[in-house]
Amino acid sequence: MKTADLKVTTPTERELVMTREFAAPRVMVFDALTKPELVQRWLLGPPGWTMPVCEIDLRVGGKYRYVWRNADGREMGMGGTFKEMVRPSRLVATEVYEDYWTGGETLVTTELVETRGKTTLSTTVRYASREARDAALKMGATKGLEASYVRLDELLTA
Amino acid sequence: MKPTGYNLDATFAALADPTRRAILARLATGEASVAELAEPFDMTQPAISKHLKVLEGAGLISRSRDAQRRPRRLEPKPLAEATDWIERYRRLWEGNFKRLDAVLQELKAKQKKTVDALLDEVKPKPHKKRSTK
Repeated sequence: MKTADLKVTTPTERELVMTREFAAPRVMVFDALTKPELVQRWLLGPPGWTMPVCEIDLRVGGKYRYVWRNADGREMGMGGTFKEMVRPSRLVATEVYEDYWTGGETLVTTELVETRGKTTLSTTVRYASREARDAALKMGATKGLEASYVRLDELLTA
Repeated sequence: MKPTGYNLDATFAALADPTRRAILARLATGEASVAELAEPFDMTQPAISKHLKVLEGAGLISRSRDAQRRPRRLEPKPLAEATDWIERYRRLWEGNFKRLDAVLQELKAKQKKTVDALLDEVKPKPHKKRSTK
């Protein structure tokens, strides 16, 4: 299995950090993260979902709202408020799912660092409480607990 | 699977420390005594024992019955609970980011085209020959 360059770590009990490098200057990456017509093209999650609604009021105190739609018509909405906005280096926003209880708001901090035309994007997801994190854990359907040492190695060497 | 909050708390706390992650990585290759674990980390045995206590409390490791060495071994199940979730999360975002890569490539191509067109406009016309130094 080829290890992708996306790193996911859990520095504290309530935080999850994702780090990934992109071959583009950070202004471009920032725009792709914040311009609705661009966001709609990539922030789709599992196969079969589209994002028919994408509203982003990019300023401190401004709101955003995404709605995803599945091939069978199921919809899922999510939104929040921007707390910090520094183009093109930093974005802090709350995040709440509309359809089910997730134990409060999640705070998402996005940081972009550019080196020689490449951008490292790091996203820190901070859950409001242990209950919130556990709700997030339960969200995805869990299969059996195959103790895969490949995955284990990836996590442990992260 | 029914995630148990307290266990997961302990698991995430245990995984937050690089030394403990390294200990788990070592134990993934086979059981080891405290002395064997202390060696590569340049740490005292009491310091390692502290980390082992945390890992044991989280149910991530256990002691073998061998009374002499009391080697520690990995308990893969609780760790798998946590890694399973992280892995699903990672896979989801990997898909998103691959699409983002494609969007960025397109933006770069567009920008290059614009820049090329601009350069083309300001480029000296062929009949106005300039000396190149």
